[in-house]
Amino acid sequence: MSEVQGFLDRLSERAAARGAEPTWIAARRQAGAARFEALGFPDRKVEAWKYTDVRGIARGDFALAESADFSPASAAALTLPIAAHRLSFVDGVFAPALSDLGELSAGVSVERLSQALAANHEAVGGALGRLAGVDFSPFTALNTAFAEEGAVIRLAPGAVVERPIVLQFLSSAGATPRMSHPRVLVTAGARSQATLIEHQVGEEGAANFSNLVSEVLLERGAILTHYKLQELPQTDHHIASLHVDQARDSRFTSFNLNLGGALARNDIVSDLNGQGAEANFFGLFFGQGRQLLDTHTLVNHNAPLTFSNENYKGILDDRARGIFNGKVIVKRDSQKIEAHQNNANLLLSDRAEIDTKPELEIYADDVKCSHGATTGQLDEEAVFALRARGIDEATARGLLTLAFAGEVMEQVAIDAVAERVELAVAGKLPERFNLAGLVEAAVALHEE
Amino acid sequence: MLEVKDLHVTVEGKHILKGLNLTVAAGQVHAIMGPNGAGKSTLSAVIAGKEGYEVTQGSITFDGQDVLEMEIEERARKGLLLGFQYPVEIPGVKNIYLLKAALNAKREAEGLGEIPAPEFMKLIKEKIAFMKMDASFLQRAVNEGFSGGEKKRNEILQMLVLQPKLALLDEIDSGLDIDAMKVVADGVNSLRAADRAILMVTHYQRLLDHITPDVVHVLVDGRIVKSGDAELAKELEARGYDWVLEESAA
Repeated sequence: MSEVQGFLDRLSERAAARGAEPTWIAARRQAGAARFEALGFPDRKVEAWKYTDVRGIARGDFALAESADFSPASAAALTLPIAAHRLSFVDGVFAPALSDLGELSAGVSVERLSQALAANHEAVGGALGRLAGVDFSPFTALNTAFAEEGAVIRLAPGAVVERPIVLQFLSSAGATPRMSHPRVLVTAGARSQATLIEHQVGEEGAANFSNLVSEVLLERGAILTHYKLQELPQTDHHIASLHVDQARDSRFTSFNLNLGGALARNDIVSDLNGQGAEANFFGLFFGQGRQLLDTHTLVNHNAPLTFSNENYKGILDDRARGIFNGKVIVKRDSQKIEAHQNNANLLLSDRAEIDTKPELEIYADDVKCSHGATTGQLDEEAVFALRARGIDEATARGLLTLAFAGEVMEQVAIDAVAERVELAVAGKLPERFNLAGLVEAAVALHEE
Repeated sequence: MLEVKDLHVTVEGKHILKGLNLTVAAGQVHAIMGPNGAGKSTLSAVIAGKEGYEVTQGSITFDGQDVLEMEIEERARKGLLLGFQYPVEIPGVKNIYLLKAALNAKREAEGLGEIPAPEFMKLIKEKIAFMKMDASFLQRAVNEGFSGGEKKRNEILQMLVLQPKLALLDEIDSGLDIDAMKVVADGVNSLRAADRAILMVTHYQRLLDHITPDVVHVLVDGRIVKSGDAELAKELEARGYDWVLEESAA
């Protein structure tokens, strides 16, 4: 109880310091706070948090950051080296010096949440919190109570954003641990297209708590590719939920790439509400040390002729622990849907652990569904075969580990993202680009 | 080049090699024949450094260096290469990458830099054509979905690219039809050189119709009990192994 009280105290301090807000925002904050107070932090008796101990967060004494202090040199080293429309936040506070939205094409609006709230857009008021209600989890409630900063992305019908939009969330190694509750809202009009990257990264030694909530509304035929690249230091705590509402013929593709954090929990929920809507969930988690990486996904096939495809790979070394829970619910009249799900895990050490649970709830009778989960170790015969060709053991193991992740990584279209992940997974491994060149050369040879 | 002295090896507590002696000089092709369970595959596994084989006595030296002290990869880089009886499938690792990584590992050990891409592609193109393999094999995962014959060709392709000093071929003829046998044999024969040696382990004489050995050894119950020239293999084919056993027991 006292753990909850500490957070409520921070909330009242913050409310007192904050100026007047539109009543709808104030009302939602109150609802969030009340819900959080009622629920408290989840303990392990709560099914959805059975394997995930959040005491490290509950017992923490996290302050809200007042300013965005981050060394430009270390920020530059951490930033994804791609041409993008970029907003950066340090411990949740907007960092103008590290942001560059560049030029946005017609019909595209990218604002900070604080700007959107101040402007009190009707569209934002109507959408914010619609998908991520305060009942979803205590952390969503807490985010709703605190959220002041983040991003609001609005795409007019037909708008196409060529470059990715990057939301960079930096975690700093300050004297006292900090918390942040960023909130992201995307409303994508009919047939609009964009790529959004949420990038969590931090300084060595950062021990903060970030609690992100993202809501994505896709109108008819809209296409959004969402990347989450989470490479926080292994002392950070991160909770995130991503809620997607998909209208007819819309397509949502998620890459959920989790490499960092002492504890990282991701919830992804997609509601397929119109015929032809398609959700693709690709994920890779790679845990070392004593990391705990938890993913919960949920796809609701609420309409007939909807499609979902999910492929998650987990790699766990040392004493790391992974959790994968993938649920698919097919409503009674959702005929002719297709839902496929796969989770494969690789344990690199005897003390690593994975808990994987695919769940299918099907209430329609004309459906095509599959799911599978496997867990194994590196093939020692293959390690020997590579070493017997002169490849050193670390490279051989790295190569095979990367090969395991291959099915997911092959789908990643942004090289800079793939490279970060490959380096993390394979350690000293191959230069991706040389490798790509090699394959092209082989193709050319083949076509001669 | 290769010197095996009084080699005793146990596998899971079972005494398999019982004092094996073997000397292979540069420029020679040796064949080791013997009945099932004689220890043929154990010998190649121990030379290559596979785990699970305990050397309780004896030594193996390669160019005067103690092989048993070397890491698996070090043996390969020094030019001691094993062609597998059952090449393993490695999903997700492209054939071309294995070739490049292996070649560069060897070059690095020799103090050479990475091979430039055009030079590498030229080399690969030449070798893959020699092995009558389609270039599409380069992009496929190592041995994944390959037929038995394709796997063996792939082993020899690796040999041609890596140019070992000592090629150790474990039952390279098993699972080959006659056409594949000829291609594989051509590949092996092309490796014959004055500064190189080839050591083949085989159960059947038919491989030796295509690759003529300089020396044939008969391995029985963990020891080489008889050595001779190519004629010995033919005699074994005709008469089986029993007479050798009787002769050695006498």
